[in-house]
Amino acid sequence: MPTLTASRPLPAEASRPIDTIPITLTVNGSVRRLQVEPWTTLLDLLRDKLDLTGTKKGCDHGQCGACTVLIDGRRINSCLTLAVVRDGCAITTIEGMATGADLHPLQAAFIEHDAFQCGYCTPGQICSAQGLINEGRATSRDDVRELMSGNLCRCGAYTNITDAVMDVLQAEPAR
Amino acid sequence: MNRFDYARAGSLAEALRDGAGDDARYLAGGTNLIDLMKENVERPLRIVDINRLDLHGATELDDGGLRLGALMTNAETAYHPQVEQRFPLLASAILAGASPQLRNAATNGGNLNQRTRCYYFYDTATPCNKRDPGTGCGAIGGVNRIHAILGASPSCIATHPSDMCIALAALGAQVQVTGPEGDRTIAFADYHRLPGDEPWRDNTLRAGELVTGIDLPPDDFTSHYTYLKLRDRLSYAFALVSVAVAMKLEDGRIADARIALGGVAHKPWRRVEAEDTIRNQAPSTQAFETAASALLAGAIGQGENDFKVALARKAVVRALGQAAAGTPQSQIDKRVA
Repeated sequence: MPTLTASRPLPAEASRPIDTIPITLTVNGSVRRLQVEPWTTLLDLLRDKLDLTGTKKGCDHGQCGACTVLIDGRRINSCLTLAVVRDGCAITTIEGMATGADLHPLQAAFIEHDAFQCGYCTPGQICSAQGLINEGRATSRDDVRELMSGNLCRCGAYTNITDAVMDVLQAEPAR
Repeated sequence: MNRFDYARAGSLAEALRDGAGDDARYLAGGTNLIDLMKENVERPLRIVDINRLDLHGATELDDGGLRLGALMTNAETAYHPQVEQRFPLLASAILAGASPQLRNAATNGGNLNQRTRCYYFYDTATPCNKRDPGTGCGAIGGVNRIHAILGASPSCIATHPSDMCIALAALGAQVQVTGPEGDRTIAFADYHRLPGDEPWRDNTLRAGELVTGIDLPPDDFTSHYTYLKLRDRLSYAFALVSVAVAMKLEDGRIADARIALGGVAHKPWRRVEAEDTIRNQAPSTQAFETAASALLAGAIGQGENDFKVALARKAVVRALGQAAAGTPQSQIDKRVA
């Protein structure tokens, strides 16, 4: 059976050169003026152009949460947004969480509670947890479990992740 | 993902101008469109970024209803004080869907226009009449656990994946659109369509049209409602079956009841004749079973999803009971009361 992909060739126009687009992002507090191709996702821009490889590419389809970053304080999947669309926004990645040598309270809590094994999901978990705290909607463990369900952990550290997030939630009132 | 031109619309007029033509797509939150572009299911040559349009707020309507801007995110909508207080069914349905990250990006207009999550639609190596008209349907006789039991056709058995839209169907929302031929209003029941022999058409939008808002009628369903969602895991999964119920009780009898099903058809599934069977009745399991039978008349499985027929029946009866008792399903504590 012929593949359908083969029966649907890209139109010729799709291979023509397309200009890059100037955007400005504030990334972890630094203003960055960038030229991006319109199809560049925010995740690929962070990892490949800005060398911020703390943000992980897990599924690249918005299913695992490993790519979670904060945009103007709100958590989103950076794999499912185009960088050009976020022109003018402030982005916070895992690299922007600590203050100098002082770990962010969530980072310290994840260490304290052994809230990871391989660590691949951890940057996304921590950014997501900060987003959850910013949203101010979680108070109980059930709330945390439900509102962290967009971040998968294949090592299964969920119980300890919940412990770590609860610690910081209870220490830091919602903003 | 293929290469494409990018246009950022500063006004509705610019959006409609740049959005003309089969090869253009409007981009809002992008959580579904960008995913489909990565899979080469969608291959637009022009992306029209509509995020700068002034469609981000909720506004009161003269009739007491509420207009939700098409570009409000799902999270902004679910947590909007007016929605929480006056339309808790809608808030509950939104919070039953996706993840917090996705709800922070996905918009109301995009929720209406998201595509099916049928595995075959996503897999360009397989036939799919919705993706590539005339190639056939891989799901019929294939892997079809998540597929339709109502309103399907020989060319497509896909389901609409939204939770939000099931609540909007029950609430009798109206969709505001604008387009090359001007503005118009589409009743929610007429917005999405059954696959018939044109399964590539998910809805009744015309070429170049753009959703600008969703109007919620002022009816008070704050006391007797529920959104019951059944799925393979307790969070962050699409519905196998979901039920939205909006009910009014007067003197112990059902004065109004709306029942919409998700996960079972190409569109939110409502039948007014099923709702009519319990009007003026006292709430009872027997009455709810009668309504469920009418709502599910003609339901048929495709093999792997045969269980949905019985599951949907039980879910309708359970949801009507939850609504009548004023004990809506919690989206945090998933235990079913």
